[in-house]
Amino acid sequence: MNRTKESVPPSKGSIRRRLLLSLLLGASVLTVGVYFMILSVARQVAQESQDNVLSASAISILDSARYAGGEIIVDLPYSALSMLDSVSDERVFYAIRMEDEFLSGYRDLPEARPDADGRITFRSRPFLGEDVRIATLRRPLSTDVGRQFLQVSVAQTLTGQQQIVTRVSRTSFAVGVGVFALLVLLAGVIARSTIRPLDRLTASVSRRGPEDLRSVTAPVPSEMVPLVASLNRLMGRLKTSLERSEDFIAEAAHRVRTPLAIVRTKAEIIGRKSQDPHTRAAIDEMIHAIDESSRTAGQLLDHAMVTFRLDNLSMERIDLAQLTMNAVERAHPLSEIKGVSITTHSSAPAWIHGDPILLQNALQNLLDNAMKYAPTGTHVKLDIVVAEDTAILCITDDGPGFPQPEFEILTERFSRGPNAKDIVGSGLGLTIVREVMEAHRGEMETKNSSGGGACVRLSFPLA
Amino acid sequence: MRQTFLSVGLTLLLLCSAGITSAFEIEDRARFGPEGDGPVLRIISTADTGFFEPMIVSYLAENPGLAVDYVVASSTELMQAIANQEAPFDIAISSAMDLQTKLANDGRALQHTSPATRTLPDWAAWNNMLFAFTEEPAAIVASRAAFADRRFPQTRHELIEVMRNEPERFRGRVGTYDVRESGLGYLFATQDTRASETFWRLAEVLGALDAKLYCCSSDMIEAVKSGELLIAYNVLGSYVANRKDIAEFEIILPTDFTTVMLRTALIPANAPSPDLSRDFVDHMLTRSYGPDSKPLVDPRLGLPGTDTALNRIEIGPGLMVFLDQLKRQAFLNEWENAILQDE
Repeated sequence: MNRTKESVPPSKGSIRRRLLLSLLLGASVLTVGVYFMILSVARQVAQESQDNVLSASAISILDSARYAGGEIIVDLPYSALSMLDSVSDERVFYAIRMEDEFLSGYRDLPEARPDADGRITFRSRPFLGEDVRIATLRRPLSTDVGRQFLQVSVAQTLTGQQQIVTRVSRTSFAVGVGVFALLVLLAGVIARSTIRPLDRLTASVSRRGPEDLRSVTAPVPSEMVPLVASLNRLMGRLKTSLERSEDFIAEAAHRVRTPLAIVRTKAEIIGRKSQDPHTRAAIDEMIHAIDESSRTAGQLLDHAMVTFRLDNLSMERIDLAQLTMNAVERAHPLSEIKGVSITTHSSAPAWIHGDPILLQNALQNLLDNAMKYAPTGTHVKLDIVVAEDTAILCITDDGPGFPQPEFEILTERFSRGPNAKDIVGSGLGLTIVREVMEAHRGEMETKNSSGGGACVRLSFPLA
Repeated sequence: MRQTFLSVGLTLLLLCSAGITSAFEIEDRARFGPEGDGPVLRIISTADTGFFEPMIVSYLAENPGLAVDYVVASSTELMQAIANQEAPFDIAISSAMDLQTKLANDGRALQHTSPATRTLPDWAAWNNMLFAFTEEPAAIVASRAAFADRRFPQTRHELIEVMRNEPERFRGRVGTYDVRESGLGYLFATQDTRASETFWRLAEVLGALDAKLYCCSSDMIEAVKSGELLIAYNVLGSYVANRKDIAEFEIILPTDFTTVMLRTALIPANAPSPDLSRDFVDHMLTRSYGPDSKPLVDPRLGLPGTDTALNRIEIGPGLMVFLDQLKRQAFLNEWENAILQDE
């Protein structure tokens, strides 16, 4: 059954995953970048604020200096050093020099290069085992020996600056994590919304009925236009070829059956006219062979038709009881000839989803079988019962029943029971029934009832 | 209990043979805990042995097998010893906050952080190097016997008034620190000048009355006890409060402002067994702060009804300002002009 073989191509990669991955990669690069940017800005700001305090300290020391009585007096203000320690505990160093003469403080403290215009200058250097920031400022003083420069250097460790950077780094790390989480969420949404037109197209194509081979006309994103255009062309070709094969089936049925009917009629006429018993016997054999061919051709075409329809199942809401009644009515002339009585019994309509033509065909085959293999006077009974979520059609007769023991192979294609030697048939009847049942997700059970007759039980899911 | 830990208090004479090749002058030395080659925690301190003993005894009770070598030196000697790394010590304890700050600032101290240091109040630690474990106020100490039924001065103004009113009675019988000699005296004096101009007026009056100058609080207390002094200014109140004969003294925490010194400990950069040092620092801090603390000194000295303005000296580089040689020289000149006006 190639009907069940879905043609799913091997998949390689996923557009959504690729999109998601690139978005996430972008998000991580962005997050890391922002983190380091914040950190660098924080470091700069911390450095600037430290430089401001250092310069305030240096200025206050320079302001406290005066030249009196032939000597330099520097009345170091308490705040000059305590202000450097006001926010965080810092080690603090200073050095006061008059030109090249060291006056007070830390003799070995390095200096920032003095600025010619008298502006404050800064420098970062290690001193006494720790990195320090040094500010150097100079100011001219008028002395007895002329104008001399008093130079003050103030230095401070970087504890506070590092604390700020650590704090900011912790905060910006948290912000980074938050932003990243947000971007991940956003990436998911973007990836999904980008894929949505594809999903929509897939849904709309797979929702279509079997005969629906119209072109897709709904607007699609420009990137998908070539794909949809190719798809439309393919469906066009498929439609043409399907129409052709339906025509072919109808044509073949017509062409095979009509000549056979003519040959049979002619043979009967010849048989009736002939007086020779040998000829009549030969003619009877011929008619029997023609019947067999005709029926085989009919069933082969039925089977071809069924196979075609199974591939393009058209599901409709139908009443199983009504369908059965129609089938029985159609079989009435034949049953009268065979002397088989058929009774139908149903209490309520049994609505199921199904292809009426296929179901009709399956029932026809079952009834044919019942009449063919049952001896004259057999009574065939059809019961339709609705139980919970299934509709059950039960066909029983009081004939000889299915032949034991090959009973399971009856539904195989072209297999016939041992009791069929004298009867016209192709062996396709029960095969068709089984295929139809499978297509309707129904179940078929064949057994011999305890009274001896054959029993076929068909159950369908209710609509 | 006590005798087992306090084995020997060695005097200066014995020190030379004790093996410390020191260029600095030692005032006292004591060894606590077992003799022998076991681990030894070496402490250099400005605090009298008796004053600091409870801390050592409680520590040794928790750490049997450990010995403590306790060396007492003046604050300047201690400063020299640590700054020049003359002899290795595990702990340096000093009342001279400015000198301690300078030592730490110059990188002579190890940083130490532990659960105990993290729970300290902000003012009690600096840069994870200096740890304050006492608050000791500078008090005015007077002899109860000498004042008899007179009212004790409660502020510096009142002290000035009292001395001015009876100059003959007080002449030569008032005392204070010689700030040139005592690091703590210098610290108290400089902090006084920061708080108020009254200090200079007081110095003028003290100078006019031929104030006697002392190196140490304990000497001043003895002088008050002996009747040599009627009143002494800027004496470590904690030293008086810890005496048995406290009843003979009136401890006055001036209500205008009381300068409070924080005795600090640091771990010298060249400590031979820094892990022991850290453990001992933690012990001092947990014993001095927190719910189960047994501080060496109550900043109010347990005095009833003291309502003083305690003015804690802030640890920090500001303290180094008065160590500046220009600044120090200027201050000492001014001080000498005030105190030594006759000479």
